[in-house]
Formats: sequence, structure tokens, C-alpha cells
Amino acid sequence: MIYLIVFLPLLGFLFSSIIGNKLNNKFSQYITSGFLILSAFFSWIIFYKFLINKENIDLIMINWINSGDFKVDWAIRIDALSIIMLMVVSNISALIHIYSIGYMSKDPSIPRFMGYLSLFTFFMLALVTSNNLLQLFFGWEGVGLASYLLIGFWHHKETANNAAIKAFIVNRIGDFSFVIGIVGIYFIFGTLEFDEIFNQVDLYKESQFNFVGIEISTLNFLCTLLFIGAMGKSAQIGLHVWLPDAMEGPTPVSALIHAATMVTAGVFMVARMSPLFISANTASNIIILIGALTAIFAALIALTQNDIKKVIAYSTCSQLGYMFVAAGVGAYNAAIFHLTTHAFFKALLFLSAGSVIHALGNEQNMQKMGGLAKKIPITASMMWIGSLAIIGFPFLSGYYSKESIIESAYFANTSFGNLAYYVGIITSGLTAFYSWRLIFLTFYGKNRSEQDLFNKAHESPLVMIFPLILLSFGSIFVGVVCYDLFIGNNSINFWGNSIIVIEKYSNHMPFTQLLLGKLFISIGIILATVFYFYRNDLPKKLSTKYNYLYNILINKFYFDFIYNKIFVISSHNLGKLLWKQGDEKTIDGFGPDGLSKVIDKLSLIAGRFQTGYLYHYAFVMLIGLVGFLTWYLYV
Amino acid sequence: MFNFIYNIPILSIVIFLPLIGAFTIFLLPNKNNSNLVKITALFFSFLTFIFSILIWINFDNNISEYQFVEKIKWFGNFNFYYHIGIDGISLFLVLLSTFLTPICVLASWNNIKVKIKEYMIAFLILETLIIGMFLCIDLLLFYIFFESVLIPMFLIIGIWGGSNRVYASFKFFLYTLLGSVLMLLAVIYIYQQSGTMDIRELQNHNFTDNSEYWLWLAFFASFAVKIPMWPFHTWLPDAHVEAPTAGSVILAGILLKMGGYGFIRFSLGIFPVASNFFSTYVIILSIIAIIYTSFVALAQKDIKKLIAYSSVAHMGIVTIGIFIFNQQGIEGAMIQMISHGIVSAALFLSVGVLYDRMHTREISFYGGIVKNMPKYAVFFMIFTLSSIGLPGTSGFIGEFLTILGAYKFNILVSIFAATGIILGAMYMLYLYKRIFFGKITNSKLEIITDLNFRETIILAPIIILIFWIGLYPNSFLDPMHAPLENIITNYENKIIS
Repeated sequence: MIYLIVFLPLLGFLFSSIIGNKLNNKFSQYITSGFLILSAFFSWIIFYKFLINKENIDLIMINWINSGDFKVDWAIRIDALSIIMLMVVSNISALIHIYSIGYMSKDPSIPRFMGYLSLFTFFMLALVTSNNLLQLFFGWEGVGLASYLLIGFWHHKETANNAAIKAFIVNRIGDFSFVIGIVGIYFIFGTLEFDEIFNQVDLYKESQFNFVGIEISTLNFLCTLLFIGAMGKSAQIGLHVWLPDAMEGPTPVSALIHAATMVTAGVFMVARMSPLFISANTASNIIILIGALTAIFAALIALTQNDIKKVIAYSTCSQLGYMFVAAGVGAYNAAIFHLTTHAFFKALLFLSAGSVIHALGNEQNMQKMGGLAKKIPITASMMWIGSLAIIGFPFLSGYYSKESIIESAYFANTSFGNLAYYVGIITSGLTAFYSWRLIFLTFYGKNRSEQDLFNKAHESPLVMIFPLILLSFGSIFVGVVCYDLFIGNNSINFWGNSIIVIEKYSNHMPFTQLLLGKLFISIGIILATVFYFYRNDLPKKLSTKYNYLYNILINKFYFDFIYNKIFVISSHNLGKLLWKQGDEKTIDGFGPDGLSKVIDKLSLIAGRFQTGYLYHYAFVMLIGLVGFLTWYLYV
Repeated sequence: MFNFIYNIPILSIVIFLPLIGAFTIFLLPNKNNSNLVKITALFFSFLTFIFSILIWINFDNNISEYQFVEKIKWFGNFNFYYHIGIDGISLFLVLLSTFLTPICVLASWNNIKVKIKEYMIAFLILETLIIGMFLCIDLLLFYIFFESVLIPMFLIIGIWGGSNRVYASFKFFLYTLLGSVLMLLAVIYIYQQSGTMDIRELQNHNFTDNSEYWLWLAFFASFAVKIPMWPFHTWLPDAHVEAPTAGSVILAGILLKMGGYGFIRFSLGIFPVASNFFSTYVIILSIIAIIYTSFVALAQKDIKKLIAYSSVAHMGIVTIGIFIFNQQGIEGAMIQMISHGIVSAALFLSVGVLYDRMHTREISFYGGIVKNMPKYAVFFMIFTLSSIGLPGTSGFIGEFLTILGAYKFNILVSIFAATGIILGAMYMLYLYKRIFFGKITNSKLEIITDLNFRETIILAPIIILIFWIGLYPNSFLDPMHAPLENIITNYENKIIS
């Protein structure tokens, strides 16, 4: 059954892509969605069994690579961490498969789309169930591939193609570091299997090694390398540039890959390697710093974006930052908790956005929306639920998970922890602001779209609404249901040895601090209401008045601009330079071409050589051979 | 299974079957029989492939020595022998050759219009020479095969090549000539010093330090040109651009591997002390190759040239793997050679598919053809992914094992070797985008047709191999363990003493 969970999506992909084109679209839709639903169903069973038995399972399928003392297997590992990820991935993926049936119904290449979605799910499941770093990397790169294929799904669009390549290459920059980290771990620990690595961590806590003349701590070095990999996949500041562009892909893709699952792989990996990270202080501090920076930075950009999907994309970056903060302060269970709740409400937000886009005939610009609440009330209420969950409205999912992150940052009692704490509560205010800005711009106020588009706007079909409703239940209840298991009293028992769980702090946060957090959120909402509901003219005035500030935000802190100048253009120029000056002028100039100029005088003879008759050459060869042997015999 | 092959000179059969095929074609009447010529060529090359598979099936993975050895004295009182055998190092290079030759014959089915008879003869002779070269245990015999390979290759480029073929074949010839002369001198010197041409005996021979260094350099000149290493690589792009499709396939698929094979068998096997001495320089050149040629590839306008430059970068990984002297590194290099052998062959075949239809390899000519050629787009995507080393494909295994071995050797080397992960993705995906994606703007492309049956059966086996190596490389790694361990142990013993 465990095999089926992982391999059913792969089968779905194969069916859909090999014979899907020959049959009608319904076949691909039903087979991929059906397999995914089965896979999700089986993971419920495994989850249930796990809750009762608390038994880790390690299934070795077959040896993968065996070279000298290096050995690595294909395997499936079921423990608390992977079962949670299995549940999140298979269930959300199943819902999004169903949603896609409706959303993509008019697309000409449905089998390809459904196939890619299933392929992605397969890789993601292979990633989370891996028992070693290399198979994790297999899934890691595999989801990157699926993401590339799906971002560029509408491959006639130039922007989509560029976004796809950008996503792949930025991820590869992270992977470059990740691979070196993996190789380094093998070098130190002599294995890539998780349990065997973790058993030896204590031996290397203090170990140092010499890197280009500097003594550095081995564990910190390796963990930092791994984390850079995670930064690529989880779109943290510096390597985040691909995620907003990835919104070129169809909306279900944005929901599944670029919000709920794939981008959380980095957080998952850090949690998976938690026995290593917990002993690497410097690396953990780097994680806190990057996480906190990303959280606030992405939230700031989200304030000014007009594309509805880009707002949610930056919001994803920001929430991933929160998760890394949690991982950095050692609250890996809080990180995974937020990962889980976030998967539900972010998928809900994206799919609602998709429903809006669907209703308005592919319009994504919020400045051209407005007043849609009356037209698509269900979608609007779904968006409300998602937004309430993301800002941490009491007793919705986000409340529990975000609180727990902020709390653990507060109790970390380090300077980095404190920084993260304050950044965290400020960011939650920003989150509230951009979420309500989105709601007001989209659903309230006057209609700013073309009138007949607006008139035609209609609620999405049931096949799209149904997943939304299920996700909204998740967004509301997952937090309260899972609280006890994830971070409550049962948590140590539940997680077992799958991640490091630090004892819960017995005392609570002081009341004033709790209030401070709520205060920021309230201010965020109130400001958004004032700006985008009562005084629609204010945003314009402010942006003109603080033009300088506004430009920085609307241009996303100029990351793309600078990267393009430094890396993209110069690498093409460098290529041309090396080719023309290096190869053609220098190497050829002094090498063969230079030589042939000397030989030019003998070109007549050379020309005769080019007879093209086989026997001429054979003859020359023979003479050479005979000459050699003759010479040899007499020396 | 198929035990009868122990009772026949199986290796000689594999070597000379293609030659017999060439002779048969030669005897065929001259008129209007191009189909008969092609079918004969296909028959013999495929038969050779079957026989080579039999060798694999009966191959004993636990033996580090040569297997299926045949030894016949050549002539006179000299220690020259017709001495052949196969071990885990040569096994897959032979299989690669026998696998690619029938593919080449099929790939030339329609696009060679002139002198088809001579063309097929040249290919079959080429196959004999290549296989012979990989199977030799006698150094002199090796040298003869090694150099003779150039002749049919030179002809294939020079006669059936593109418009600038004379320049290309000459450049090719000039470079390789330099290496050959030096290597010949070295071979003679070795015989005078040791009195034997047996590779296994030479492994145990101790050369004086100085002479070993010079000999190493002489061999290096030849292998570095073949593989090719930076800065001896500039013949390769030109040769590829001018060569016919099948010529490129053999060139990238097998001829480049002669260099890598030579490095492992001779540089490492016979001159370990010198290899150790020069390793730093080789590794620096390899790193330059990876980074430099990747950027050059990014700027290319011709599809074949781009792939040719990517070959140089991939071979940089191979030379790093070889000269870090550990099991993972060398096995990584071997897998990388096999993988590159099939993947670059597949890429050149794919370029041929486009060229046959549109008669241009200019990248800017294409764009948006995924619409008309969906099957081809999928195939090309798989080759691209393997070329950029996606886990699960063959390209990953070689690259990863090499990076792993490099970390043991020196962490900086592994960091530089890993830059290929980023750079490779850059130029290949950029190429893919420009050919396949976007809207069709060139009206000539509106009528381009998808892969036909022949093209599909040429490319499909390669796809199977890509995933086979990527998902279960042990079938290929197991036979290599013993002989490579042997070479490494020998290396370590000599370095210590």
C-alpha cells in the first residue's frame, strides 16, 4: 500500500502522457485524479495505522548506486515527519487535480497538464519518503523539473518560457550548494542514510576543517550548504526571484507547487536534518536571519503588487520565512505545523484567486477588478476564510501555527531570536494589510473591469468549488485538530525520533506581548480598510508623495534588474568573448590556423592529399606502417 | 547462458565481423543497389551488437583480469602479439561502439546521397578499428588501431561533410597528428626499455622518474587532443559542424572516449607516478574546460556547435574524475563517458532530424516547433535533461560520483566541478527554449513533420538506456569495480614506494 501511495501518481502520469492523447480528455482527467484520490485515501490509512502503532517503517526497494565504499538505496521511509508530508501532499494534490478538471477544461492540452501534475506529485512523494539524502535530491530535482514544465506550460508565451528557465536555473544555484553539502556529508559521515548520519552527529559536534586556509566548523559549513539549497527551493531572499515569475503557470500549479507543497521542501529538508541543524549554531542563526529578512521583505513587496497572484506569491515567500525562523530557533515542529496549515490556506487562497481569474476571463490585475463579491459570493467567502487564516485570526489554523512560531522565537532568548520575534509581529501586520487590500480591491468597491466582462462573471462550476470548500474546512480546523499532536503535550510522543522536538516552555508569553501582536494585525486590517474601502484616493496620493519609497517596492527592491544586469547579460557577453577572442583568435590563431598559414605554401601538395580515394589513404597508411616496422627491425 | 561463446574466438569475431561486412559490401555489384548496401551494413553491424551482448551476458564481474583472452604471436622474434582481451573498463566502451554503429547506419539511411557504398564501408571499417582499439592488450597493436581510427573518420568528414569540410578535416588531422607522432616515439621507447608490449606487464614495470614524466607527456598529448581537453579542443566544434550526422555520432559517442580510455588504461595504469605528478595541471585544465566551454556554448548560434562545446565541458568532468585517483571518481568518469556517449549521440541524431527536414542548423531559424513535433520535443527534452544531469537520468550518476570523488581529493575541485550543474542547465535549457518554444515565426516551419518510424526506433533505445543507467547504474558499475580497484591499488602502491 505504501508503494501504491508513491507510485500511483507516476502511473497516472504515464497513462496520461502516453495514451492520454489518443483517448479523450476525460480519460486523463479521471485516471490522474482517480489515482491521486486513491493515493490520498491510502495515506489516510497509513496515517491512521501510524497513530495507533507509532511504528517507523523503512522499506528498502533496491540498491541504487554502489561504487567503492559508496552505497545508496531506493527506499521508502515512513515516520511521523514523512507521514505528515504524505498527508499534506497527497490530499492537496488530489483536491487540485479535481479543481484542474474544471479550471483547465478549455485548454487544448489537458492530458499533458494532468500528467505533469501527477508527475510532480510522484517526485514530491519520493522526496518526502526518502530515507537518504540522495533520493531526497532525486525528488528535489524532480519537483524542480515538474515546476519548470508547468511554469512553461503555455509554451507559446515568451514570458512563461523565461519564467520557467529562471525557476530552473535559480533552483540549480541552490542545488549546486546542496550537492556539495550532500557530498560533504558523505565525506564526513561515510553514509547518506538519515539514521546513520544522525547516530554519528555527536562525534562531529566540535570538528573543524581547513577550508582555503580558514578553520571552520564542519557541521556549520555543511548545514549552511544544505540551507542554501533550501533557499533556492523555498524562495528565500536572494534566491526568491523565480517564485513571483512562476505565476506565469496555470493557477492550479501555483496553488499546488508554488504555495502548498514544493516550495516547502526546503523547510521539510531542514526539519528532516534537524539533528544536524540543532548542533550547528551559526548555520541556525543564518537561517533565522534569512527567514526573518525574507518574511518582512516579501511582505513589503506584496503591499504594492497589483497582480492578484503575485500578491499571494510574495505572501508565500513571506510565510516560508516564518517557517525558517521556526526551524532556525529549533522549533522544527512549529515549522512543520505552519507548513501544514499554510498548505491548506495558501492553496485555498490561490484556488480562490483562480476562481476569480476564471470568472473574469483570465484577468489578473486587481486594479481591473472590484465589486465581485455580489457576483461570486462563494469564492469571496473562501477568500475571506483563507485571509483570516493567514493573518492568524483566533482559532483558525494560521492562528495556532503562527502563534507558536512567534512564541518560540520569543522564548529562544537569543539576539537572533528577538530580532525574528519583532520582525515576526511587524510582518503579521503587513500580512493583514496586503490580505485585506486584496479582498477590497477584488471583491468590493466599484467595478473597474469592462462592464460586459463583469456582467458575464459567474461562479465557478461545482468541480472547482468543491475542492475550495474542503480546503476551507482544512484552513479552519487543521490548526485546532493538530495542535495537540504537533506542538502540544502529545508532540514529543508523536514526533518520536523523526525530528528534534524541544520541550515546550512551561510559561506563557506576557500579556503585553500577546497584545502587541494582535495590535499590529488590527492596525493592518484597519489601514487596509481605510485605504481601499473608505478613501480610495489615498493610495494614489501616498504613492506620489513617497514616490521614492513606492518605486523601490513596486520594482521589488530591484532584484530582477540587478540580477539581469550582472548575471544574465554578462554571461552571454562572456560567452561571446571567450568564443571569439579565446577560441578563434588565441587558440586557433596560434594553434592550427597559425600552423596552416605556414603550411599554406605547401597547399598545393596538401590539396592533392584530399583526393577522397580510399586506396590513397590506405596506401599512405601502409607505407607508414611498413616504414615504421622496417625502421624498427633495424634499430 | 550461451556458453558456446567460450569455445569460439568471440572477441575476434566482434572485431572482424564489421570488416567482413565491409568486404561483403565491397563485393556487391555497383549499380542501383543502395538498399542492399544499407541492409547489408545494418545486418553486419547488428550482428556484431548481438555478439557483444553475449559477451556482456557471460562476463564475470568478479575478475579484475582480462577475459576471453586470445593471443597469437605476430611474427619474427619480437614480442609483438595479436593479443586481445576484455575487462570491465573496455566492456562498455565496446558495447557503446557496437550499439551506436547500427544506429549510425540507420541514421544515414536517407541523407547520404553520394557514394553510399564507400560510406558504409568506411563506417564498418571504423567499427572494426574502434573495437580492436578497446580490446588490445598489446601496446603496439593498440597504437596501430588507435591511429588507424583517424583515417576513416577523416574520410567521413572530408568526403561526406558540409561545405567547409576541408578546413575542418585538416584541423582535425593537424591536432591529432601532433599527438600521434609523440605517442609513437613513446611506444618505441617503452619497448626498448621494457622489452614487452603487454599492458599488464607494463603496469608492473618501473620506469625511471624522468622517463616516466616524458612518456606520460607524450601519451597525454595524444589523449588530451582526442578527449579533447582545453585548450586542444578547437578542432571538435568544426569537425562536428562539418561531419554528417552519423559522423558526429561516432565522433562524440566513441572517438572522444578513446582519450578517456587511454587516460585510465595507460596514463593511470602504466604511469601512475607521473599521473600523480601532473594531476594538478590536468585538473586545472579540466576546470577551465567546464567553465570556459559552458560559457562559449551559451553564445553559440549553431546547434551542433553548441552541443560540441557542451561535450568539451562534459569531458572536463571525465578528466577530473580520472585524475583524482579514487574509486568513485574513476567510476564516475566511466559512467559519464558512457552516458555522454549515448546522450551526445542522441543529441546529434536529433539535430540530424531537424537538418534533414530544413537543411539548416541555425538556432534562430527554429522556434515553436513543439507544436508540430510533440514526440520529438519529448525525446529532445529527455536528452536535454540527461545532459544537464537530472537525477534519475544517466548524466546524473557520472556527474555525482565524480563530484563525490573530487570532494575526497580536494573540496575546491568538487566545488568547481559542480559549477557544471548550473552552467549546463543554462545553455541547454536556453537552446531548448529557442528551438521548441514560442510561436512559430518562420513560415517554413509550418509544415515540419514529427519523427517518423525509423527515427523513433533509432532514438527510443537510447531513452531506455538513459533511464536504465540513471535508475539502476549497478548493471554498469559492477563489472568495473574489480579492474578499477586493481588500477587504483597499483597506483597507491607505486605512489607510496
